[in-house]
Amino acid sequence: MRHETLYQQPLTATLAEHPYIEDFLSSFGLTVTVSNNSLEHYLDQLNPDLLEDLGLSREQLNRSLDDFLNGMLALRKPLDKIESLTIIGGRNKSGEEEHVELTLQPGEVTCIVGPTGSGKSRLLADIEWVAQGDTPTGRRILINDQVPDSQWRFSTEHKLVAQLSQNMNFVMDLTAEEFIQMHAESRLVTNPQEKVAHILEQANLLAGEQFRPDTPVTALSGGQSRALMIADMAFLSKSPIALIDEIENAGIDRKKALNLLIREEKIVLMATHDPILALMGDRRLVIKNGGIAKVIEANETERRNLQRLEEMDNQLLALRNRIRSGETLEQL
Amino acid sequence: MRFLTVSGPPSSGKTSVILRVIEALQARRHKIGVVKFDCLLTDDDALYAKKGVLVKKGLSGALCPDHYFVSNIEGCVTWGKENDCDYLISESAGLCNRCSPHINDITAVCVIDNLSGVNTPRKIGPMLKSADIVVITKGDIVSQAEREVFASRVKQVNPGAVIMNINGITGQGAFELTSLFESASDIDTLKGKTLRFSMPAALCSYCLGETRIGEEYQTGNVRKMDMEDNK
Ligand SMILES: Nc1nc2c(ncn2[C@@H]2O[C@H](COP(=O)(O)OP(=O)(O)OP(=O)(O)O)[C@@H](O)[C@H]2O)c(=O)[nH]1
Ligand SMILES: Nc1ncnc2c1ncn2[C@@H]1O[C@H](COP(=O)(O)OP(=O)(O)OP(=O)(O)O)[C@@H](O)[C@H]1O
Ligand SMILES: [Mg+2]
Ligand SMILES: [Mg+2]
Ligand SMILES: [Zn+2]
Ligand SMILES: [Zn+2]
Repeated sequence: MRHETLYQQPLTATLAEHPYIEDFLSSFGLTVTVSNNSLEHYLDQLNPDLLEDLGLSREQLNRSLDDFLNGMLALRKPLDKIESLTIIGGRNKSGEEEHVELTLQPGEVTCIVGPTGSGKSRLLADIEWVAQGDTPTGRRILINDQVPDSQWRFSTEHKLVAQLSQNMNFVMDLTAEEFIQMHAESRLVTNPQEKVAHILEQANLLAGEQFRPDTPVTALSGGQSRALMIADMAFLSKSPIALIDEIENAGIDRKKALNLLIREEKIVLMATHDPILALMGDRRLVIKNGGIAKVIEANETERRNLQRLEEMDNQLLALRNRIRSGETLEQL
Repeated sequence: MRFLTVSGPPSSGKTSVILRVIEALQARRHKIGVVKFDCLLTDDDALYAKKGVLVKKGLSGALCPDHYFVSNIEGCVTWGKENDCDYLISESAGLCNRCSPHINDITAVCVIDNLSGVNTPRKIGPMLKSADIVVITKGDIVSQAEREVFASRVKQVNPGAVIMNINGITGQGAFELTSLFESASDIDTLKGKTLRFSMPAALCSYCLGETRIGEEYQTGNVRKMDMEDNK
C-alpha cells in the first residue's frame, strides 16, 4: 500500500506528522532539507551517483520507505483482542503422547516448573512461535480457539508475546534514559518523554539501589538492570502474552515486580522455582522429560500458606539487610 | 535445488547458524551442499565437512571476496546440482560494507550480531539492506530489551525483511528459520540472473598492483577527499 498524500503534500507537513521519516532517511546516509516541496520531489532529485555510493537504488529506497511507513502505521492500529490461549499437547522427549489441552485466559498467571533441561524454555518458545506441530514437541497453539494468522510469527509491530529473559546484560553504549527512549521510539508510543520518565521512576522503586537517568546501561548492577527491564516491559509492551523466565534471583522486590507485570490484563507464563511466586500463580505446569507431566491448580490450602511464606521471606530479608549493613547474626 | 546466499560481517555467527539449520534439514533427510567464500583463510569448511555435508571453499586472496563470489557462483550452483543436493547454501563474509553477494530471485540471508553496536545496521550496505531474511545472533549475551532495540534498528534499514533472533550455539530459533529455508528459491541454474546491487567500480592504479604513494602514480578511477573545512 502506498500512502500518496504523504508523498505529495509539502515535506514540512509530512515530517511534522511522521518525524521518524527523517531518521529513516538518515539511516541510509541521506540528509533532508526541509522545504515546501514534496517527499516525492525530494526523492526524485536525489543524485543517482550519491545513491550508488550509498549502495542504494531508487527502487530499493522506495520499497523500503513504503514498507517502513506501513510498519509505522500498523503500530498505530489497536491490537486484536485476545480472549484465550490454548496449548494442545504433542509428545515428550521419548516420543510419548502429552495428554494435555489447556486454555489460559487474560489475567491468569501460569507458573512453569521442572528440572533444568526438562523443556521449560521450549514450552515458552512453542508459544512464542505459535507452534502448529512444526517444532520438536509437536505441540499446537491456538489463539481465541483458532489457528492464528501466521503474521504473528514475524510481526515486529504486533508481537503476540513479550519475553523477559534471564539475561540482563547490556552492551550498548547508551545511558538508561537514551536506551528507554530508543525503545519507546521503536514502539511509537505517544508521549515518549513522559513514558521514559515514568519507567525510570518505577524501576527505581523496584531496585534496591537508586540509579540516575544518565547512568550508562552497561554500568547498572544486576538488580538495577532487572528492575529497569521489568518496568520497561510493564509500561512499553502492548503484547497480550508475557513470558517470564525466572525473576527471583536478583536484588529486587519480586512481588511488586510481578504485580507490575500482571497489572494489565495479560496472559502470563512464568518459569519459576520461587515458592512465593509459584503460590501467586493460578496454576502450575510441571514439565518432565520435555512434556507437561502434570497441571496443578492453585488451591485454598496452598494459598493459605502464602502468608506464612511471606513472613518467612521477610525474616530472611531482614537478616540479609543486617548482613548488608555490617551487623552480626549472633542473635536471630 | 533450493539455493540461498548467506552473508554478514566477519564472526557474526554465519557458520554457527548455518550448522544449526543443517542439523534441522538433515533430520528431514535432505542432502545439503555448502560453499564458503573468504579472503585469506577459513576453517569453516572443516566444520561443515564434520556434519557430513558437501563442501567447497573459495579463497579470493588479492581480490574482493564478493567480486570473486560473482565470478564463481554459477559454477558452484552447477556443482551442487550435479551432486543432487536438495539445498545449496553459500556463506560469504562481507568484508567491505559496500559489496553484497545477493542475487535477484535468490533467497538472501544476512547474519548480524547483537554485539555489533546500535549504529552498525546503518553502516552496512546492500548486504543487509537488500536481504530477505535478517538473522540476529548472540541474543543470549544481552537483555530482551536490547535485542528489541537492536532489531528495530535493523528494521529501520530493511523494513521489508523477516527479522529473526537465533542463538548460534544452542540453536534456539533455528527450527523456525529452517521453515523459511524450506520455501527458498528453487532453481536449476543461475543463467540470466542478476546481482541485487552493482559492486563498486574499482580499477585505479592500486587495483593493478601499484604500491607507491603519490599523485603521479594515481591513474584510472581515482577520487579525492575534500580537505577544505566544512563551513
Ligand atoms: N554467545 C553466542 N555466541 C555465538 C552465537 N552465534 C555464534 N557465536 C560464536 O561467535 C563466534 C563466531 O561464529 P561463527 O559462526 O564462526 O561466525 P562466522 O560469521 O561464520 O565467522 P566467519 O566465517 O569467520 O566470518 C563463534 O565463537 C561462535 O561460537 C550466539 O548466538 N551466541
Ligand atoms: N518434547 C520435546 N521433544 C524433543 N526435544 C525437546 C522436547 N522438549 C524440550 N526439548 C529439548 O530439550 C532441550 C532442553 O530444553 P529447555 O532448554 O527448554 O530446558 P529448560 O527446562 O528451559 O532448562 P533450564 O532450566 O536449564 O533453562 C532443548 O534442546 C529442547 O529443544
Ligand atoms: Mg530454560
Ligand atoms: Mg563462518
Ligand atoms: Zn568489495
Ligand atoms: Zn583500486
